[in-house]
Amino acid sequence: MSAAHADTIPVRVVAIEQVTPQIRHFTLEPIAGGDLPAFSGGSHIIVVMRGAQRDYRNPYSLMSSPNELGNYQISVLRVDPSRGGSAFMHDQVRVGSELEIAHPVNLFALAKLARKHLLLAGGIGITPFMAQLHDLRATNVPYELHYATRSPAHGAYCELLASVEPRRIRLYHDSNRHFIDFESLLAGQPLGTHVYVCGPAGMITRVLDTARALGWPDSHVHYEKFAAPPTGDAFDAYLQQSGIEVHVQGDQSLLEAIEAAGVDAPYLCRGGVCGFCRTEVVAVDGELLHNDHFLSADEKASGKLIMPCVSRAHCRKLVLNL
Amino acid sequence: MNVAFKMDQVYRGAYTFSNSPAAIRRFPMPFPEDRYMYSVNIEPHVPGPAGSVIEFPIDCDEHYVEECRDRAIVIEQDPLRIQALPHMMAAQWDTLELGMQSLSQSYPAWFTLTRNGREWHWINRPLGLDQKFTFGEPSSLPQPPLEYITRQLQGDWVIMDQRDNDLWVEGGMVTGPADWSMDFDIGMSFKEWHGPVPLGHEMGVFDRALKFLLNLRLNEPVRRYNWTMTVHPNLDTSPHNYPEWGPDRTTVTLENVAKILHLRTELQGLWRLPRSNGIVFMVRTYMLSLGDVASIPKWARRVHRVLRDLHPALVDYKGLTRHRPTAVAWLSQFDDGSPTTPGVAPE
Repeated sequence: MSAAHADTIPVRVVAIEQVTPQIRHFTLEPIAGGDLPAFSGGSHIIVVMRGAQRDYRNPYSLMSSPNELGNYQISVLRVDPSRGGSAFMHDQVRVGSELEIAHPVNLFALAKLARKHLLLAGGIGITPFMAQLHDLRATNVPYELHYATRSPAHGAYCELLASVEPRRIRLYHDSNRHFIDFESLLAGQPLGTHVYVCGPAGMITRVLDTARALGWPDSHVHYEKFAAPPTGDAFDAYLQQSGIEVHVQGDQSLLEAIEAAGVDAPYLCRGGVCGFCRTEVVAVDGELLHNDHFLSADEKASGKLIMPCVSRAHCRKLVLNL
Repeated sequence: MNVAFKMDQVYRGAYTFSNSPAAIRRFPMPFPEDRYMYSVNIEPHVPGPAGSVIEFPIDCDEHYVEECRDRAIVIEQDPLRIQALPHMMAAQWDTLELGMQSLSQSYPAWFTLTRNGREWHWINRPLGLDQKFTFGEPSSLPQPPLEYITRQLQGDWVIMDQRDNDLWVEGGMVTGPADWSMDFDIGMSFKEWHGPVPLGHEMGVFDRALKFLLNLRLNEPVRRYNWTMTVHPNLDTSPHNYPEWGPDRTTVTLENVAKILHLRTELQGLWRLPRSNGIVFMVRTYMLSLGDVASIPKWARRVHRVLRDLHPALVDYKGLTRHRPTAVAWLSQFDDGSPTTPGVAPE
């Protein structure tokens, strides 16, 4: 069972819109013409950026309608300090720039048997819901979107959403001291409701904790998190099967360093949730720094497994079965 | 592709089904070595050699017309062989797109698909069909999309929904099963569906297979082979009509075994579906009489050894208990003990 990756799709940037001071909205068309692959709401793509020093691979949710496949649309928040990817998208990419993307993957799909969908978005976390709203409009299942931003100026898509579906959508702005009341919202849902949250880590944690405390089954609680891999100290990794030594820089993830060495390591989400890049640790002369949401506490404590997409080590040398 | 469709052979009654010499040589021998045990034998479904059953994503062979006719007969008798739960409509359309796109790209002389937005035009020359329809609009087709396309595809087709870290069997067209039933299995989770399989659960095969499939990606289909044996070239060995084919297992003798006992290979393909985020599972069945197996010396030796040494639990599960001794005895005349070359190809 190899983890070979499909060929990427070459795309051209045909439009860029600065929707807030920190968020740029990109429209991507296939260079070969025709349609891009069909997808379901909640899918993300990996955008491959060929930087001067190194490649970046960042996941971005598809925002455009799954019914319109002539182009894909993504939004990119400038992360400060950026590890390179978001700065590249903001500073280097122009209309006419060419990029490569991987086929869509959906790790945040709508549950088809839900009796009601409750969508909770914080900031840039609105992006996967933009595509899902297209899918939801085609069904008879009730849904609500609660969308919180720092201020109206930071609400990238507030006006658009409010004009399209006023009765389904509630907007919240921190600047007005208007926050989502997760407790009463989650306590008041009809049986069979599924809740979906995408936003900052703190918001996700609060929703998960609240849902659990109220007795929501895990199967009805969904979250999507695109945290950038945390930075740290530089270290060396030895890939035992390949016989390759790689140096992991402080602002580089272990996965990125492995890829830069020409080793085709498996990955899907690049955010520490899907488990696809799980790798065996053969030896480490220091401490593993686990940043993923996939391994159990026992697995993390065992020191035998690591998720190279987000986790790293405080050590001189890490030996991997890769 | 230079294939003449057989037009009047049947998978029932007089059982006139047979394979041409070319079809014998391209038969997917399921044993890469002289012994067999379960494994997670999944590999990328990438194109294989020209003329092989994996040259194209969906193989269309000399039995195409007969097999589609046989399917129509089965559905006529038992409409519950095609079912789909209401939330599987997007997966039905995804499957229709996969079938039409694949056939028209692989076999342009036989199949043509013209797409203009949602307005599609499909031509199937071997079956004489010409259909204009609106993609996504069920009323524009004579049958629901899954039934419409799978009446024109060889093999059984199952659509699965993905949720709760599991795959759920929630639709399918199953008219040629090796003793399992869509009507019985619909709604089951991945492991419930595979519940009857011996040994695999203890070996962790289904845990690993499920984990792998949950991460199956668009544009990266996978395949595996499975096998059993069937008396007579009978595609529809379903539990529903066991009284009709079960007793055949008692009729195998040294005199007729070469003609009536068939090695039955399933080429199983799995594709991630784009709009539904489901998975479609193809079970494409190829049958080869033991006499035809023996026409290839390497295969005769290999099948002899696999059957002779098969684990008792698999003998029982695959329904071979009664006729395996006869098959082994007959095949032994071709096995001089000389080694076989690795891989499945004829020498």
